[in-house]
Amino acid sequence: MLDETIRKKFLAIVGNNHFKDDNATLLAYSYDSTAQFQALPDAVITPRDKMDVQAIVNICNEHHIPIVPRGSGTNLCAGTTPLEGGIVLLFTHMNQIIEIDEQNLTMTVQPGVYTKDIFEAATEVGLFYPPDPGSMHISQIGGNISENSGGLRGLKYGVTNDYVLGLEVVLPNGEFIQTGGKLAKDVAGYNLTELFTGAEGTLGVITEATLKLIPKPETTKTMLALFHDLETAAQTVSNIIANRIIPVTLEFLDQPTVKVVEDFAKIGLPTEAKAVLLIEQDGAHEVVERDIATISTLCEENGAFDVQIAQTQEDAEALMTARRSALSALSRLMPTTILEDATVPRSEIANMVQAINDIAKKYDITICTFGHAGDGNLHPTCLTDARNEEEIARVEKAFEEIFEKAVSLGGTITGEHGVGVMKLPYLHLKVGEAGINVIQQIKRAIDPKNIMNPGKIINMSKVEV
Amino acid sequence: MKEQEKNRIQQAFKEKMDYDELMNCTRCGFCLPSCPTYIETGQNEVHSPRGRIALMKGLVDGVIEPSDEVKESIDLCLGCRACEPVCPSGVQFGHLLEQARDAIYQTNEQSFIEKTTRSFAFNKLFPHQNRIQRATSLIGFYQRSGLQTIAHKTKAIKLVPKDLRAMEKVLPDVPKRKVMKQRPEQVTAIAPRRKRVAFFSGCLMDTMFLSTNDATIKLLQYAGCDIVIPKTQACCGALHGHSGERERAMEMAKRNIEAFEEEAVDYIITNAGGCGAFLHDYEYLLREDADWQKRAADFSRKIKDISSILIDLQFDELDLQVVDQIVTYQDSCHLKNGQHTFMEPRQLIEAIDGVHYVEMTDASRCCGSAGIYNIVESDMSMQILDYKMTQVKNTAAKTIVTANPGCLLQMKLGIEREGLSDSVQAVHLVDFLLQAYEQKEEQVTT
Repeated sequence: MLDETIRKKFLAIVGNNHFKDDNATLLAYSYDSTAQFQALPDAVITPRDKMDVQAIVNICNEHHIPIVPRGSGTNLCAGTTPLEGGIVLLFTHMNQIIEIDEQNLTMTVQPGVYTKDIFEAATEVGLFYPPDPGSMHISQIGGNISENSGGLRGLKYGVTNDYVLGLEVVLPNGEFIQTGGKLAKDVAGYNLTELFTGAEGTLGVITEATLKLIPKPETTKTMLALFHDLETAAQTVSNIIANRIIPVTLEFLDQPTVKVVEDFAKIGLPTEAKAVLLIEQDGAHEVVERDIATISTLCEENGAFDVQIAQTQEDAEALMTARRSALSALSRLMPTTILEDATVPRSEIANMVQAINDIAKKYDITICTFGHAGDGNLHPTCLTDARNEEEIARVEKAFEEIFEKAVSLGGTITGEHGVGVMKLPYLHLKVGEAGINVIQQIKRAIDPKNIMNPGKIINMSKVEV
Repeated sequence: MKEQEKNRIQQAFKEKMDYDELMNCTRCGFCLPSCPTYIETGQNEVHSPRGRIALMKGLVDGVIEPSDEVKESIDLCLGCRACEPVCPSGVQFGHLLEQARDAIYQTNEQSFIEKTTRSFAFNKLFPHQNRIQRATSLIGFYQRSGLQTIAHKTKAIKLVPKDLRAMEKVLPDVPKRKVMKQRPEQVTAIAPRRKRVAFFSGCLMDTMFLSTNDATIKLLQYAGCDIVIPKTQACCGALHGHSGERERAMEMAKRNIEAFEEEAVDYIITNAGGCGAFLHDYEYLLREDADWQKRAADFSRKIKDISSILIDLQFDELDLQVVDQIVTYQDSCHLKNGQHTFMEPRQLIEAIDGVHYVEMTDASRCCGSAGIYNIVESDMSMQILDYKMTQVKNTAAKTIVTANPGCLLQMKLGIEREGLSDSVQAVHLVDFLLQAYEQKEEQVTT
């Protein structure tokens, strides 16, 4: 509960319509897409512009009130769950595309714009914004930047970070800073744009972003390759890349995943295959044709029993949309789905898939695996029931082992979902004690009172004493 | 909200909610862009499907207490079920909503007036077709006796709130009670017989929209159906089910199952998307009743919308014609989201010569009628309707076709509110089709 005098201060800034603390609102903003995490905030505030944001941050800073910036709450690391209460900050009024600069190929946006709208606005002028996280139809760009979201096109085009050229941020002390700009080159000081991108809202509130756009590829082609076992499919992924072909998308789905996705999407996916690769290439017409032909041959040589090429744009789009639904569709099988995104170097995909299956067997749990195999980013998804405490304990042990394995293969505990609070206990596996120490010091330097999304990425309680 | 009432509602949530179904929601948020109230409230999570499910679960888990705001969230839901087809986890939101409303309203301390109105409508009026006939004929008396003209001339009508006043204007001319009482029970096919079907006539459809029912029967005859219309059938119970009167809805379901199960028919045909979806759901409604479960399942399997059987019987290949015009189609939410029937009506409309079909933007988004929603949640309903009418105007359509009486009235209301009654009409699909068929027939014979 907020102190009445503080409550009045917030009301004085945004007015009654943009400040809510009734119990329905508090509950509706107590969660995101991450299973098993929930905590009520003290209030939900919708600033009308960046000056409102600054005024709110100032009050929070003065009174040590936690601030959790939140887009549409589709993240998968409990990154926007207000674990320590405080204010949930929404950006539904800051949802304008400010400018599309066709000279510099940039787009300047407010944080509340939907990712899909950015993609579409770029397409309209013949440009391309590649990052396409699974939730792009509803996710907001502010959230994508804060989580440094990936997506299906990561293999060829990289992730959100590769398209953020500049940011405007309100720091915890209330100051505005501008980082980067419409620049292809900029080495003035530390790369603060990259620091705030993927900071999960722990260093400040993003109020504006300048994004990089690229020319729209001439054409795209989509195909499926079907395999009798997981390992062959995984090996094929490594072989395609070793053959110097970088497709836009190189997705891997195991049989249970294909089955549930087909059950939802009903587009005729091959449910008889033990593993399916979904592959897309874009670019100039001749290049696409040539690459798809080579990939088909490679798949067959590696033991694919069938290769299917989408004949129309609609078919291709249906395949990609179906893939985006994989995580949610898996939840049809069991009440709780716990998803991870351990990531390894591409060459280790087959080893990692094998290890995941062995670990699942060892702990007697059900893990379905799908993911962005081409960039080494797998999504082992455990199907369980949060009410079964004994099984949940086994699930946690299994995931810990999966993380350890990924790191030992030269990989990471999270490729694109972020640390949030969910992977906080495993961060040391990847960055080591020295890494933890650096992160803590950066956090303390920028947010000494630990008001920005506290409890995410890094635990500050140890150093605060 | 009083402490006692809070306790009662919370207890009811614990007892009535299907917890497994609540757990099925992974909170992925894929439903958000489909939800009309989420959009119209400026993306307020409280008024989204994911938010509502979280509230229901929060009440069961004891994370929050019932409150006016929680109740408002459940009340403001249209029940359009647009969130269901887009849900990768397959959450049956419609069922959860019914359970939540049941939990609130069966225990809610309503005001005396609210209670009396609800009790009159749900217990005294809708379960009894003869009473609906009588009530409807009062409207007919009002229309025919000159009272309507007097009310308008003397401006007495202005005593009625504005939205209801517009509603009064768009009510169809209702038939005389004598006509409503003389309904056929058996009708034979006009074209060579191909199917034997039963017709679910519906309570409002068989009174206020009697001519649309007649048109439906005619179309079935032309398409080669023998039709049986069991006299003992009753209101489908959808209004009860959607408003938290589950017990009553179950009674109606049993009466209808009894009325139809003796008939050896291929299908049970409906012409109201809202009724059809609820009839289709009897299997779920009676799933815990061992004596009725199978009978309900058999019944539900036979439910088919008129547009669907007409396509099966290639009605779209017959000669159909209307005067050249732009036509658009407003989906019935429950026909689309409940029965997955949305291609068939479009296919039929496009088969008519003279029709230039233009799909409106967001044709499948709810029009805001939603049963009695446009009366009890009038402000939100009108906000949604205004958006809908903007899309209609963008198509420049002369005719808006619908597949459910509620939608039909709402579209008429929209036309009235926009001052378009001279240039735009709203019609039920079957009336439009019959007109198109008979117009062509006339041309051929003359």
